Amino acid sequence: MTMKKVTANMAGTVINLLVKAGDSVQAGQDVIVLESMKMEVPIQSEAAGTVTDVKVNIGDFVNDGDVLVVLE
Amino acid sequence: MRKVLVANRGEIARRIIRTLKAEGIAAVAVYSEADKDMPFVHEADEAVLIGPPPVPQSYLNVEAILAAARQTGADGVHPGYGLLSENAAFAERCREAGLVFIGPAPDVIAKMGDKVTAREIMRRAGVPVVPGCEGTLADAEEAVARAREIGYPVMLKASAGGGGIGMQVVNNDEDLRQAFQSARGRAKAYFGNDAMFLEKYVQNPHHIEVQIAADHHGQILHILERECSIQRRHQKVLEESPSPFLDEQTRQRICQAAVEAARAVGYTGVGTVEFIVDEAKTFYFLEMNTRLQVEHPVTEEITGLDLVKLQLDIARNEPLRLRQEEIQAHRHAIEVRICAEDPNTFLPSPGRIEEYRPPQVEHVRIDDGVEAGIQVTPYYDPMIAKVIASGETREKAAARLSDALKAFYISGIKTNIPFLLEVLDDPVFRAGTYTTHFVQNRKKAQHGS
Repeated sequence: MTMKKVTANMAGTVINLLVKAGDSVQAGQDVIVLESMKMEVPIQSEAAGTVTDVKVNIGDFVNDGDVLVVLE
Repeated sequence: MRKVLVANRGEIARRIIRTLKAEGIAAVAVYSEADKDMPFVHEADEAVLIGPPPVPQSYLNVEAILAAARQTGADGVHPGYGLLSENAAFAERCREAGLVFIGPAPDVIAKMGDKVTAREIMRRAGVPVVPGCEGTLADAEEAVARAREIGYPVMLKASAGGGGIGMQVVNNDEDLRQAFQSARGRAKAYFGNDAMFLEKYVQNPHHIEVQIAADHHGQILHILERECSIQRRHQKVLEESPSPFLDEQTRQRICQAAVEAARAVGYTGVGTVEFIVDEAKTFYFLEMNTRLQVEHPVTEEITGLDLVKLQLDIARNEPLRLRQEEIQAHRHAIEVRICAEDPNTFLPSPGRIEEYRPPQVEHVRIDDGVEAGIQVTPYYDPMIAKVIASGETREKAAARLSDALKAFYISGIKTNIPFLLEVLDDPVFRAGTYTTHFVQNRKKAQHGS
């Protein structure tokens, strides 16, 4: 099994976690919602897989490129 | 008024401070930890730190703002736009604290903030409203029954809504039943109020708003219209005046309707009445903004008036020293909003501004809130500057605006300047025949080709 990562595509605050460890996700599924500059941006997983780790909590501030969710 | 606290940030705080200084009134800025280096903070006569970056703890923190007013001895509060500007409870708290709130009375703000109440007031006063249901909807089945009477397509809206949130076009019973629950849930989450209502969906609409000013001596003036149909996700992208869509007769009628709307609610201060106008130039009241608009410079550039000065005069109980016939459009003006966002994906692009060189072009005004070295943070609105160009003709104004945008150099963050230039170059914009579907139609045309 290879590790896959879902990363932030902009700087912002985590406002919602849509998955937890153990969940299986489809490619293209929304996994995290970020908010920046009054705009909500859902972040999708590019790959299908099982969530092994959610690296962030609601309220965390993340930068462009930060790892949000790890899948395998 | 000798000292006014500006309960806002960025370009609008700076804009208000400019007029306060010109009027010999001391300006107090309030700011969050994220904004300590912003120009509005050091341009004010005094500045008070009110809290950490998130708005609930700073710019929406009523107690901290009132404490700053007490501490500095301010006798007035200017709320700007957004944030607390349309918060009736804040206006009331200012009043109780003995501060002049620069805006209308709290009950007027409350009435216009509730869309169902506002519609009802306008309907009774004879101001045309979009055909729709009276009052709020109890449940999805009532929504379906009302929608059948009005005729599909209908627009489902939240009474407390704004910025397009909780708003949805619906084409049939089945879609309406589904949309009702989700829209209501969103309204509850965003506004703490889940009251919903329905309006007939207006096809190919224009958003045209009328600036008004009303003093405490019974005089209400309109200060012409602004065409605001170029929008993206219900956020305005470009505003201009005079509207290229209105004929003189419709202009007279819509401006008069705005005066009637202001009279119906007992308005005092500077405000804006928004209308939706259909293809046949039939217009309907949409909502009233009980504050200064982002796009107020468009009106200032065509009339030569200072709307912030008018706000101060009215707040000081002075009569408007203007007659309706003196208010004329001497020029054409167009404004665009520069935002820190990716011009292709429209995703926010916060970051540090490395270089910042606004252009100096004749008849081009720039209202901005940033400078080189400033960190554009993710906590607030992405708009960093407004560029307003004017000319004797619409073509001249558009050409100057285009020149100014091409010469505007910003590095370190991405901005929507390339997108704004495309809008100005678009044949539909040039022809002046655009509707609120402009941005959407452009996208479709691009994908189709």
